[in-house]
Amino acid sequence: MSGDQQFLDRIALLLGELIGSDAVELAQINQLGSGIPTITVRNNQWAKVAETLKIHPDTAFNYLRNVSGVDQETHLEVVYHLINLTSKHELCVKVKTDREEASIPSVTLLWSTANWNEREIFDLLGIDFPGHPDLRRIMMPDDWVGYPLRKDYVSIDPEV
Amino acid sequence: MALRTEELLLNVGPQHPSTHGVFRIIVKLDGEVIKEAIPVMGYLHRGTEKLAENLTYTQIIPYTDRIDYVSAMTNNYVLCHTVEKLMSLEIPERAEYLRLIVMELQRIASHLVWWGTYLLDIGAMSPFLYAFRDREIIINLFNELCGARLTYFYMRVGGVKWDAPEGWIEKVREFIPYMRLKLKEYDELVSGNEIFLARIRGIGQYDAQTAIDYGLSGANLRCTGVKWDLRKDQPYSLYDRFDFDVPVGVNGDCYDRYNVRLAEIHQSLRILEQAIETIPSEGAIMGKVPRIVRPPEGEIYTAIESPRGEIGCYLVSRGKDKPFRLKFRRPSFVNLQILPKLLVGETMTNMITILGAIDIVVGEVDC
Repeated sequence: MSGDQQFLDRIALLLGELIGSDAVELAQINQLGSGIPTITVRNNQWAKVAETLKIHPDTAFNYLRNVSGVDQETHLEVVYHLINLTSKHELCVKVKTDREEASIPSVTLLWSTANWNEREIFDLLGIDFPGHPDLRRIMMPDDWVGYPLRKDYVSIDPEV
Repeated sequence: MALRTEELLLNVGPQHPSTHGVFRIIVKLDGEVIKEAIPVMGYLHRGTEKLAENLTYTQIIPYTDRIDYVSAMTNNYVLCHTVEKLMSLEIPERAEYLRLIVMELQRIASHLVWWGTYLLDIGAMSPFLYAFRDREIIINLFNELCGARLTYFYMRVGGVKWDAPEGWIEKVREFIPYMRLKLKEYDELVSGNEIFLARIRGIGQYDAQTAIDYGLSGANLRCTGVKWDLRKDQPYSLYDRFDFDVPVGVNGDCYDRYNVRLAEIHQSLRILEQAIETIPSEGAIMGKVPRIVRPPEGEIYTAIESPRGEIGCYLVSRGKDKPFRLKFRRPSFVNLQILPKLLVGETMTNMITILGAIDIVVGEVDC
């Protein structure tokens, strides 16, 4: 447990030094979720933070396990689960965005696996990912109206 | 003088025998050579994640059966395991053993389906019949255990629904030497076949760096030599008690993926052998679980090694009996991403070889 806390402190310090003291909004250990270090990153700093997390030798998160979009009702959130396959260090990163004009910088150029994941989130939650090479709907038909995974989505189309 | 060629747009699927379901891909051809490939998904999208938000945890389990219908047991497990971890539940030993045994049987069954259909794709009909004959034994075992042949709904939060009937463990024990014998037969029949080797050796090759960048998992990652198996590297269930190897490839081509999967069947048999020796002969099959499953407010991501790779479950709970958000990381969906990159410059015949070797289940791609 304490090892995770030290690792988390190191990351928070590193990001604070390299990017700015306001880059990380919140850093804590998710006790219920198997003790994974979790940070919340300010939206406008995410592109730089992601690059540092991937490239910096202290972190070197080379494998992006999972990208999830969550509608938290007050705001939307994208959650990234990163792992370094060599050191087996894990990190969970959260980035928040407004419900109106939802937008989060794309990380597809850093981790190719983000490509379809971001498309899926764009499709189902309506979050824009500036910098994505090919942002289109992936599951729903192209002419679909609305974003099904949003909490205020009305699931029955009145015309059907 | 160069021959004048014209670009041809060819639509493959969503109804095509070698796409293993309703997967569609649009290819731009120059002669026989693929210039660009654009996968089109969503034909089997059922909105499982959205549906789950209005279902109790037990009600969601049958939906996981249908995400990857070739490997329903591991899908059952990932959901139950995630909820159990968030609730910090203790699982009785016999229940965990039964789960592990069915998961390993499922891995073998799933790899057999892959082996049979892959060779069918390439043009060999009889291996398909061999594979399904042997898979039938596992399906019958599952049928005896839970009354279903494909969508089992066997596991519950806290344990399993049914205890193994009398003589069931014995039948698993008999299956192990039988399957070993058959694997030898498979090797004699196919693995050394020169036509087969010519079709898959050096095809669809990528290196470890690319595989990691694309987030590949399972045999698709291990074929490049990366020794990453969640059963070993982030042990769950009882896997840390058993002795088994993680087979890896060298070249990262279709041939290595083929070999890794066959070797994994051997390893699964090894795990099964040890598990049926040490399973407690009796005991509870359900832990102490409240009547209404209501995980505390919080969130968790857990992942396990399914036959196709890392299947994960991200659960956000607000303390209700239904999840606030449930996201599945489906290995087929993630593994398939590399396909357009692999296809550029290949011929149409190789497209089938490469797609088959990724081992997708469209229910899992679309979810």
